[in-house]
Amino acid sequence: MTKRLLLIEDEPNIIEAIGFILARDGWHVKSHTSGKDAAEVARRERPDVVILDVMLPGKSGYDILREIRADDSLAGLPVLMLTARGQSKDRELAEQAGANRFMTKPFSNSEVLDAVRALAPAS
Amino acid sequence: MARDTLTGSRIRERRIILGLKQAELAKRADISPSYLNLIEHNRRRIGGRLLVDIARILEVEPSVLTEGAEAALIGALREAASGPLGAAAEQDRVDEFAGRFPGWAALLARSQRRIQSLERAVDTLSDRVTHDPQLAASLHEMLSRVTAIRSAASILAEPGDISPEWQGRFHRNIYEDSGQLAETSRALVAYLEAADDKSGSEATAPEEEVDAILEEAQYVFPALEAGSASAEIDPAVPEMLAESLAQGRSEAAKALLTAQLSRYATDAAALPLAALTEALARCGPDPVALAAETGHGVARVMRRLAMLDPDAVDRPEAPAGFGLAICDASGVLTFRKSLPDFPMPRFGAGCPLWPLYAALNRPGEPISVLVLHPGQPPRPHRAFAIAEPLGPPRLDRAPLYEATMLVTPVAEDHAERALPVGVNCRICPRRNCDGRREPSILGRDPREEF
Repeated sequence: MTKRLLLIEDEPNIIEAIGFILARDGWHVKSHTSGKDAAEVARRERPDVVILDVMLPGKSGYDILREIRADDSLAGLPVLMLTARGQSKDRELAEQAGANRFMTKPFSNSEVLDAVRALAPAS
Repeated sequence: MARDTLTGSRIRERRIILGLKQAELAKRADISPSYLNLIEHNRRRIGGRLLVDIARILEVEPSVLTEGAEAALIGALREAASGPLGAAAEQDRVDEFAGRFPGWAALLARSQRRIQSLERAVDTLSDRVTHDPQLAASLHEMLSRVTAIRSAASILAEPGDISPEWQGRFHRNIYEDSGQLAETSRALVAYLEAADDKSGSEATAPEEEVDAILEEAQYVFPALEAGSASAEIDPAVPEMLAESLAQGRSEAAKALLTAQLSRYATDAAALPLAALTEALARCGPDPVALAAETGHGVARVMRRLAMLDPDAVDRPEAPAGFGLAICDASGVLTFRKSLPDFPMPRFGAGCPLWPLYAALNRPGEPISVLVLHPGQPPRPHRAFAIAEPLGPPRLDRAPLYEATMLVTPVAEDHAERALPVGVNCRICPRRNCDGRREPSILGRDPREEF
């Protein structure tokens, strides 16, 4: 069965590029650009992996992640966080909020692909 | 306190530093030991030939004996020695150093101040990189564009299936993103350059800038006095004056200076120079008596006394003038005018023993205390302090108090009854002080037992 990925990111060109490489790798990619209802979308879409940008309009990625982690129906959902700042403080915050992996922009396509593959639950 | 009353103390101090016996100095100066003893205890005036002779024997300029090294300079030197670089400084000989090499000592004190203001500048700048929202937003935007470009470019460059439509799309995206990246980079450079131009003044604390401006004007602003004949003052006058005085300074410094000068103008209009000098002649330099005489608040009288032009008014009662400190209800000094022998810290709070702070505990009650700074010879001052509410009374909240303290030097023989105080703990030698906040960097001085 095709694995499902939810990409929560507000830069359309980043969505297009990451969406393309993941789709080519066999993923079904759904993207979402707003932070406000991102957790809700995750509940509805039931993805296998989430890629979550930290800086989103409407709500911070950390808050969204906390919401996801507080929801029992989303238990165990792997989340890869993206940030444009590599300070150790950001990494700490991401870990505290419950991120499985953390990646700093600008990343390479293969890095993202490897990370997503590693996070995907074996089926 | 006429300066030459302390000449004897300085001779004694200098003689002891050189390890010279009183009898020996007397012999070499060709006077009797008992006469020298009287001079050293300031019971006989000394001048002319004898002063020059004694100065020569003590290897100092006569002016060092008559004028002494100012306490402010000594304080600055002690502060410099308290820093990480000062461990090797001979702190017990700071008076000797300032007395023998006043020029070098002043240079060291000024360098110390410069270091302090530069250190603050560094703090401000590193803070800017972390917390400047515009800088953070620009960097975020650039990194997002770079990420998109890198991602799209590697899709095009690396092997893998890609349809001509997608290819066209990514080419277009790269074109768009690179245009945006160029725009953002240009804006960022422009912003950094603008910040660079301003940093010279912005990096200094605005309070420090205002202090420098006030000090340069010797705390006197005739332009604000002149307008005081009419009861109404034009609020534009202090504002324009602040604008011209603070040219090239930060906006925060301008705002602070405008507030200070507006207060000055209001005080001057309410209590004009002529009325103040008249009352001063009747009551002497006692702000409480002057307040009763003129019908003004004690704090206002204190502020007016501190801003008296040293040249325009004859002040036989207080030849050295007045120092002034104002603090808000949290104890932060919002105004300071030091005297040569009553220095005040440039940063941070003053000595908790100052009557300024005691006044905050007794709102509305004027306090008058003799105070004594550490150091030899003793330099007693009369301090008046009062806490007065800011703004009109309100039913819905308690008044907010501001404390004001006026200091003026008094004769040395008051020293015994005076309350020992300091400048701040770091450079204060007093032991067993309940008010001590941090350890002193000074060696123990038996003369300064509390």
